[in-house]
Amino acid sequence: MSEICVEITGLKKSFGTLDVLKGIDLTVNRGDVVCIIGPSGSGKSTLLRCVNLLEEPNDGKIVVNDTELTDPDVDIDRARTKIGMVFQSFNLFSHLTVLNNLTVAQRKVLKRGEKEAQEIALRNLERVGLSEKANSMPAQLSGGQQQRAAIARALSMDPEVMLFDEPTSALDPELVGDVLGVMRQLADEGMTMLVVTHEMQFAREVADKVIFMDGGYIVEEGPAAEVIGNPQEERTREFLARVLDPTHHGPSDPV
Amino acid sequence: MAISRRQRAQYIRYVQYGILVVVILLVAFLADWGQIQRAFFNVNIASSMFPNVITVALKNTIIYTALGFGFGLLLGLVLALMKLSTVGPYRWIATVYIEFFRGVPALLVFIGIYYGVPIAFQVQFPPLTTVMLALGGVGAAYMAETIRAGIQAVPKGQVEAARSLGMSQGRAMITVVIPQAFRIILPPLTNELILLTKDSSLIYILGLFREQYELTKFGRETLSRSPSLTPILIAGLCYLIITLPLGYLSRYLERRTGGKKVSVV
Repeated sequence: MSEICVEITGLKKSFGTLDVLKGIDLTVNRGDVVCIIGPSGSGKSTLLRCVNLLEEPNDGKIVVNDTELTDPDVDIDRARTKIGMVFQSFNLFSHLTVLNNLTVAQRKVLKRGEKEAQEIALRNLERVGLSEKANSMPAQLSGGQQQRAAIARALSMDPEVMLFDEPTSALDPELVGDVLGVMRQLADEGMTMLVVTHEMQFAREVADKVIFMDGGYIVEEGPAAEVIGNPQEERTREFLARVLDPTHHGPSDPV
Repeated sequence: MAISRRQRAQYIRYVQYGILVVVILLVAFLADWGQIQRAFFNVNIASSMFPNVITVALKNTIIYTALGFGFGLLLGLVLALMKLSTVGPYRWIATVYIEFFRGVPALLVFIGIYYGVPIAFQVQFPPLTTVMLALGGVGAAYMAETIRAGIQAVPKGQVEAARSLGMSQGRAMITVVIPQAFRIILPPLTNELILLTKDSSLIYILGLFREQYELTKFGRETLSRSPSLTPILIAGLCYLIITLPLGYLSRYLERRTGGKKVSVV
């Protein structure tokens, strides 16, 4: 295992005539937490979804855990088992209990036995503080609990890297903290994480590297304190001003 | 004389009740009740039908319907998946099948399979197989569209979550999409089952032995030996024994799933 966990070079992606990613180069070291920030439509979610090929890139190269995902002959299903993904809308399987949400892929994909899968699932539920919800249905859980269960589901596959696609954007404000707490704990345990987020406080405190994207490009990247605390680019400054102090700015200029 | 809006609504309601009462009275006076009772409520004939109307006819109706529904559900699922396939010819074949079997009377399908298959393939199916193929073949055309709509009603994020956990397209379909789709379409499927229950009567063209009679055939056969329409009434009531609970079940399921509507086009 090399020190580099995710390596993206020259990544381009377009939907029809709309160019969303116009050439992205990005390296994520093992154990690092990288937060991707930027205005909506900047391509940050698309970038994240390319890292496990939920979106098929048009051009460029993506290597995760020494496997080149953009190789046409790659066993993408196997590669994905090592890449955990957490969605904005949780996407727990609504017809399964929380426990079965955590065991189904372990058993059907990793071919683990029922007992082993359950042990691993329960251990991960404990990690996210949901042990007592194992037999609940997803609909019986609050948004924050659903998202933590979704994180536990991804963790149960023993991923090398975790992708978070705006994990707190669909949550009520008072539930955001629970999810961020779990993510911070994961970061402390050394998990490699790519996080698309609007939580600047989280990015500032937890991220090893912050990436600011706009218009399909990476505009600025560096340590959190630099990019958020002392941005060099005008676009970064403008975006951060809006996010950090939204009430003191007029509507954005038409692009 | 000016009347208020509320008074007008009141009058209209009186008129509606009045019409209802007149129609009921007309029917009540014009009908020959003695004749009706002799024709439909002959207790001797009714009691002579038991227990066979239950132990043979009702049982066979249920068996034929279950076979047709089971086969139809399976074929319908295959057709629905074909209709959603990326392979063009699969989609075309499914479309042609669905349009054809939705568009022709079930009776013609029964006749086609009963007389056509032996000519085409030199095999004579027993009645059970024929009814399964015919009833299921017609039911599949309807159910395929329902199942397709159900599959498409499952949120896209469910598939993405499954794929992100390393499931293949097919595995995600079997483990995640289809179970959820069936929850969504349970109410319309129950309706389909009610329709098939009634269509199972078409088996009469097959030339059955006495122990193979289902309700309609049994009723008609009894009718031919009796001077009363009572057998038809009894057979009809027996259908209701099956269909009323199913209808209730369908409405219950619809309430439980929050009345989520699935558009079936």
